[in-house]
Parts: sequence; C-alpha cells; structure tokens
Amino acid sequence: MKKFRKIVSVAMASALVLALAGCGGNKGGSDVFKIGGIGPTTGGAAIYGINVMNGVQLAVDEINAAGGVNGFQLELNFQDDEHDAEKSINAYNTVKDWGAQMIIGCVTTNPCIAVSENTHADNMMMLTPSASAVKCTQYDNAFQVCFSDPNQGAASAQYIGENNLAQKVAVIYDSSDVYSSGIYESFSKGAENQSFEIVAAEAFTADNKTDFSVQLQKAKDAGADLVFLPIYYQESALILTQANSMGYAPKWFSCDGMDGILGVENFDTSLAEGVMLLTPFAADSKDEASQKFTNAYRAAYNDTPNQFAADGYDAVYILAEAIRQSGAKPSMSVSEIGDALKAAMPQISVDGVTGAGMTWLSTGEVNKSPMAVVIKNGEYSAM
Amino acid sequence: MSKTLRSNIITVGLVFIAYIGAQILIATGSISSLMKGLLVPLCVYAILAVSLNLTVGILGELSLGHAGFMCIGAFSSAFFSKCMKMFVPDMPGALRFFLALVIGAALAGLFGILIGIPVLRLKGDYLAIVTLAFGEIIKNIINILYLGIDEEGVHFSLKSSLDLNMADSEKIIINGAMGITGTPNDSNFTIGVVLLILTLIIVLNLIHSRDGRAIMSIRDNTIAAESVGIPVTRYKLMAFSISAALAGVAGVLYAHNLSTLTALPKNFGYNMSIMILVFVVLGGMGNIRGSMIAAVILTLLPELLRGVVSDYRMLIYAIILIVMMLFNWAPKCIEWRKKATASVKARLQKKSAAKEVE
Amino acid sequence: MSFITYLINGISLGSVYALIALGYTMVYGIAKMLNFAHGDVIMVGGFTCYTICSTIGLPPLLGVLVSVIVCTVLGIVIEKIAYKPLRRASSPLAVLITAIGVSYLLQNVALLIFGANAKSFTSVVNLQAVTLADGQIVISGETIVTIVSCVIIMVLLMLFINKTKVGQAMLAVSEDKGAAQLMGINVNGTISLTFAIGSALAAIAGVLLCSAYPSLTPYTGSMPGIKAFVAAVFGGIGSIPGAFIGGILLGVIQIFSQAYISSQMADAIVFAVLIIVLLVKPTGLLGKNIQEKV
Repeated sequence: MKKFRKIVSVAMASALVLALAGCGGNKGGSDVFKIGGIGPTTGGAAIYGINVMNGVQLAVDEINAAGGVNGFQLELNFQDDEHDAEKSINAYNTVKDWGAQMIIGCVTTNPCIAVSENTHADNMMMLTPSASAVKCTQYDNAFQVCFSDPNQGAASAQYIGENNLAQKVAVIYDSSDVYSSGIYESFSKGAENQSFEIVAAEAFTADNKTDFSVQLQKAKDAGADLVFLPIYYQESALILTQANSMGYAPKWFSCDGMDGILGVENFDTSLAEGVMLLTPFAADSKDEASQKFTNAYRAAYNDTPNQFAADGYDAVYILAEAIRQSGAKPSMSVSEIGDALKAAMPQISVDGVTGAGMTWLSTGEVNKSPMAVVIKNGEYSAM
Repeated sequence: MSKTLRSNIITVGLVFIAYIGAQILIATGSISSLMKGLLVPLCVYAILAVSLNLTVGILGELSLGHAGFMCIGAFSSAFFSKCMKMFVPDMPGALRFFLALVIGAALAGLFGILIGIPVLRLKGDYLAIVTLAFGEIIKNIINILYLGIDEEGVHFSLKSSLDLNMADSEKIIINGAMGITGTPNDSNFTIGVVLLILTLIIVLNLIHSRDGRAIMSIRDNTIAAESVGIPVTRYKLMAFSISAALAGVAGVLYAHNLSTLTALPKNFGYNMSIMILVFVVLGGMGNIRGSMIAAVILTLLPELLRGVVSDYRMLIYAIILIVMMLFNWAPKCIEWRKKATASVKARLQKKSAAKEVE
Repeated sequence: MSFITYLINGISLGSVYALIALGYTMVYGIAKMLNFAHGDVIMVGGFTCYTICSTIGLPPLLGVLVSVIVCTVLGIVIEKIAYKPLRRASSPLAVLITAIGVSYLLQNVALLIFGANAKSFTSVVNLQAVTLADGQIVISGETIVTIVSCVIIMVLLMLFINKTKVGQAMLAVSEDKGAAQLMGINVNGTISLTFAIGSALAAIAGVLLCSAYPSLTPYTGSMPGIKAFVAAVFGGIGSIPGAFIGGILLGVIQIFSQAYISSQMADAIVFAVLIIVLLVKPTGLLGKNIQEKV
C-alpha cells in the first residue's frame, strides 16, 4: 500500500515535470494569422462564450473561404476561461503557447481586465467582442466591439427622456453583474437631467435570479409606467413571464443584453410584444448584413445567434480590416503586429452586423450609433 | 532520525525540488507560458489544501466555508495594497506585500475565531452547513460592498457606487460586484513557494506537537479527550483559526497574482470550498503531503486537458475525478491494490533472490 | 395588501424548495449521504420533460412520466456506479466528493447535448390562476399544483415509511445497517430503492421548478439544489415534514428580506437565519436529537 502510493506519487511527479517542460515552442508558421479566442464555454456564463466562439469561427471560415486577408489565412484557437479571471490567464497563456498573434476576447468583463494586463505586457493586439466596462480598454492595445457601459446607460436615459416614453421609471438590475450595474449607474446619472424620475431601483443577484416577484411588485407599487431592464435576455424572459402572470403591464425598455429574447427556444414571444431596446444588432432585423449573418449562423450551428455571436463575428472582420489597413504580415513578431494594428484601428471604418461605419478612438472605445427597436408581431422593427 | 521527521523533510523537500526544477526550466526557457502562469496558483491551492486538511483531517470537522476565509484574506490585503499604491506610491513592493500578508492572515484568523466560537459547538453535517452559510454570507456582503477614499475621507455604502457620493469614481477602491481592480502584482513564484513551505512547517509542527496530539485526540474521541482534561473548545478553536489564517495567506497570494479581484460564486463561493475539500479528501485526510499533491494534480489537470480535448475537458475532468475517488477510497479497490502491490513485491523479491543465488 | 402578496410569493417560491428538499432529506435520512448531485438530477428531469413536450410535442403528462422514469433509472445507475463502491469507505466524505464529481459530469453532459442557451420551458400545469381581492392578489396555477403535490408527496412518503414493510426496512437501514442486515433486510436493495425514490421526486421537482420559473439551462438545478439543501437542514435533515416546513420558511424569509430589507442581501439574511436556528436548535427545526453515547 505504502509502496503503491510511492509509485503513484513518483509517476505523477514525473508526469508533472514532463508537463512543465512540454508544450514549449510552436511559434507559428509564417503564412497564417493565428487568432486566440478567450471566453467562457463552460459554467454559468457559457451562453455568452459559446455564442462568441461560434460567431468568431463563422467569420474566420468565411474569410478563409474568400481567400483570407491579404492572401493570408486565419486560424482560430478558442479557449475556455469559465468566466474566472484566474482561468482566463491560463487560457491566454495557452493560446500564447500555441502562437497566437492577436486576441479576440475576453467575453466577460473581469477576465478581460485580468488578461489585458498580460496582453499589455506582451503588446499583443486585443479586441474584446463584449466586455463593456471602461477598464477593459485601459491599455492602448485593447479595443472594444460593443458599446461601453456608460454609453449605453446614458443613451437609454436620453432616449426615454427625449421621446417622453414615461414619467415614472423603475429599474431592475443585476447588482452582481458588472455589465448590468454599470449601465444602471450611468442610466441613473443620465436620468438626472431628464424629464422622468426613477421611482424604484431594485437589484437582484446571480444567486437569486429565478424569482423576480418582489422587484416587480415594488415597481408596480411605485406606479412605474416604464421598467428599464439593463440585464441579459434569459432573466428578462423570466421577468416578462412573471409580470404577465401577476397582471403587470408597463412599458419595457432595455439594452443590447435583451437582444436574443426572441431566439430563446420555446419562448412565448407575445410576452415580449412592445418591448423597446437600444441595440446595435437584431437577429431578425431585415437589413441585408444581419440577414446574411443570421442565416449563415443558423445553417452552421442550428441556433439563432444573439448579440454576442454578432459581436464575435464582427470582431474577426474588424481585425481583418485592421490587418489590411496596416499591411501586417504573419511573419512579424507579436509586438510588431500589435503596434501595426494599434496604429491602424483609429483609421479604419467597418460596416458590420452590429453597426454601420464603426470607427474607433485610440482609447479603444467604439463609435457607432445604437438603434432603437421595438418588438412588433414577434419581430424587431425600427422605431 | 525519527520517522515523522523524515516524512516531514520529504514533504518540504518535495516542494523545494519542484521549485528548483521549475526555476531550471524557467532559466533555460523551456517552460510554456501556461505552466509559468500556473506556478503561483498551484502554490495558492496547495496552501489551501494543506490548511483545510488541518480542519478536516486533523481536527476532524467538516468545513464547507474555507473559501470565505480565503476571500477575507484576499480582499483585505488587496484593499490595503491598493490604498498603499494610491497614497504611498513609493513604498517598496516587498514591504507592501509583507504588510498585506500580515493583514490578510490576521483578519482571516480573527474571523476564524469569531465564526469558530459559535460554530464549533455543532457537529458533523450541521457544522458543514453552517460554515457553508458563513462562507456565502461573506461572499454576499463583499459583493455589495462599496468603499472609496478621497480627500473628504472614507465613503462607504452597501447599495451602489452612486451612494458613495464621490466626485471621482477613480478613487473607489472596492466597487461592489466589480471588486477591486488594479491590485499591484506583488506576488511571484518564489514568494508562493516560501509561503507554502511556511504553511507546511506550521501545520506539520502543530500536528507533531503536544497541541497537535490533543487536537487529534478530539477527532478520535471527543468524550474521551474531554474526560482526560483536554480543553476541547480551546483546541478546536486553535486549529480552526490557524486553518483560517492560512487560508487567508492563500487569499493574499491569490489577490496579488491577478490585477482584478471579484467574489464570484466560482472563486470564493461554496464551489471553491468544495473544490478545496476535494483536494483534501482525494489526497487523504490528515495526509498533508497527499493533499498538496492532489491540489497540484487537480489544478493542472483541466489546464493540461486544454491541449488534448478542448471541447470535452470539463467532462473528462469530472470522469477522472470520480474514477480517482473510487480508486483511492473504495474498499474493494484498496484491497485489489494491496494484492497487486503484494504480488509485485513478491515477484521482485523472487528476482532478487534468484540474483543472489546466481 | 403587498404584505399578503409577498407572503404568497414566498410560499410559492418555498414550495419549490420544499419539493426539492423532500428528495434531499429522503436520501440523507436513509443513506446518510449528502447527495450534491441531486440538483443536477432535477435539471435532467427538466430537460427530459422539455424534450418530450416541446421538442417532440407529446402531451405534458407523458413528459412528466418519462422524466420520472429517466431520473429514477439515472438515480439507480449513479448509485450503483459512483456511490455503492464507497459505502464502506473509511470516511463518509469520500462519497460526498464523488457526488460532486457526478454533479460536474451531469452538468457537462447536458451542456454538450443541449448547449448553453436557455430554453423556455412550457408549463405542464394547465390550471387557471386564482385571483383574489379584485386582482390585487394572484396565486398562479403552478403554485397551487406545487403546494398540493408537495403535501401529497409528503403524506405518501410518511405513509410509505411508517406503514409499509419496505419503508420500515428503510428506517431500519438508516438506524443501523449492520443490525438491519442481520434481520434479513437487503441493505443494498433498500438503499438503491431510496435513491430511486429520491430521483423520482427530483424529476417531479424539476418539472415543477421549470414550470414555475421557465428557464432551463444545464446549470438550472445547482442553485435551487443548494437552497433546498439549506431548507432540508433548516427543517432538520432526515425529517420529511421538516423538509416541507424548512422549504416554505426559506422561501418566505427570502422574499421578505428582499422586500423589506435589501434585495441584494437576501442570501446573506437567509443564511444568517439558518445559522441562528442551528445555533439555537443544532439539529434543525424538527430534527431528532441524537444523544452521543460513550
């Protein structure tokens, strides 16, 4: 028994040394661009990561089929970070070992901040599809595809105020989620100079996101005629269902996180009738680029893409455009590519599915105009 | 040399050899970035496993709130370090880390005592659930804690960062769910190994001291221990708070290895507490070396699976975990292993005997 | 008026916890193990029903039936493969850890089969909501069905354990495995049966959980599972009426603390109440006090 333990521990120790020593090198061929992707593909946030991963893969395949970028093919390695900052560093190091020359990621905010320290140290180009906090782009090598939180909240407040949608507004937000609490804060700051007042601001947390009866009841008691939901669509679907069953029918207003609600399998879309949202992308919108992307995504993954998939898809095209603009080559070092792409980003303009004529500030923030859409007859239509 | 001393030297030596090995690999540049990035987390988890083993294996009480103490150590030390970085920017990193370490460990230990006093009266699964509850409370409170410091003094809120009424949002130090960002990266592998060895020395010394034997007697039979005059509560509290303080040390190391610190269910919730328990049980309760090795293996496993089976890695991880548990703990497996080792031994002896004859 | 609404909301949330806690407490009471995979069996029940009713399009009752069968079989298989070999292990913690492994396994298998996107579950309950006081108070059909099935299951379980031979055998096994075996009771069979019943309950709980909160992902079961575990301990783990009371109380406390104290601190408050209860009454509300003998 003791001896056995010893044998096992020796075997494990030697496996360990091998593991430590192994997987060095592999510093990339000179004819492909290697793109590393990072996002949660398991765990509670998998819903976002998998969508981004699929969107990115779709765009990479399309670009490769069309002959690549400047004649170079793209190659993708997408790693799981489990929505954990520590694991995201592991994921980053894995793609770095693989020879990644640029990063699409991370999908969620805190991992993104953690990884940006490392990409900054390596001067590797980093484009996050969906991490919306301002801190994510604190370094010059990091850029965003999505809106930053302050943008969304302020824009929503402005929209509601200018269009006189409501006098009394309630907010239901996820205080344990950075995206949601970020938008809530900028929304309430923005609301100060608007004609409406916030009568209730009710939070929930990740551990309590099935029952929203209290939050809805409070909004109802406060007499809110519009409820602002800066949250993701899975919770929104529950909120709409529960509001319906308690006979509460205010106007609903939301941000890009709401997008995807019509794609929830088996969801009674009549509940979402009349929901307004500010979003750069709508899977069911009639514009050509969105249609093409949505159809291709459905064909490839048998699923309706949400805004995360669209962000991931656009991220690849943005990188491709930046490569074209800068004339970067796969044979250059990571840092050289990083410098080239960094310089190219503020100069390019990309028409993607999440916005036409997207441009970037050198701080990393994207400049695009959100569309206000309303759900009518089970479809998104412009307001 | 006594047997325990030899065993202890082997345990500490193992860490030392691993350290030298890793340093050689780093110096020759033959280590992958993934492995390099994993070195500090490995130390963190090894410290956690060793410290929980003190509660579970030596004291014999099931605690499911160990991550809560780690959380306290991590947040208090990160808070301190960030304050220092903001207000005393020219403080040397080593001193800052040392002070942060003292604060983190002391605070976690203090909470260990505070929680231990009421909790340790309970037994078995009820103790487990109460420690789990405390861990969740700590996580929940930290998640809604907003704290900032500016010229006007300290601002504090449990609602949202708006309620802090601060002009400059840059000066918010703990920002609710966003946690603490911008903690200075003061830790490194050497510090991690030093802390791990320190933990090992503390725990191993305790186990083989008079106090340690008293603690183990409580585990084996509380009533008997009480009847021979061992102050049960005091020893229980002692083991529990030392274990908590060491978890705080791991938290400090964890916090200073990442630039962003959040209290997610995954890293400071019951999931993490259970994960640490997995290390301890898999490595053998009361077996310090075993739990350390188990922590290293189970932390490396999902990372190494990345390269092999990226899509199925968590699935395979789960299967390996179940199989390892069965292999290590099932009485039938143990019996089979005994037989197998005996037959190998017999064969070896035969061979050597044959050689001698020749 | 809003007080009554909150109370009803609390009871409807609590009834779901209670239903899950019944399965927990059943398994713990007999097999003396914390089955951390219970929450994930609930998720499997939900997905099975979803597949039958929404994907294939068969009637809801059939969906419930099939998910009960699937979960029962799953429960027995898990018990046989993962738990039974460890029954005589030197520490009871070994099987706890294996249960965690099983929990990860079920989550990841479901993730691979069904993907991470949330599915909207069509309620299997076809009962009109009851409206009182001019529509001020609404009690949904799901709540009524959940509470009624909770009570029925509770009564049936108690009758089963106290009045039937097999139930008495279960009690005997929970008291003393060795002695039970000497009395000619098939210990392994009895424990398997316990898991079968516990998993069947999990299937029903899963279907009703998803009917009340119609969002289904591979991680749907884990948080309600842990809450139900707390509820079971709250009421005195091992006690069947305790699980019911614990579940309802937990739901009510949670909703009240969200409503009147802070929606963000609800969990901390729930856990704090649990700690206080256990410190005052260390075996839960209805738990048996076992005197330790020298």
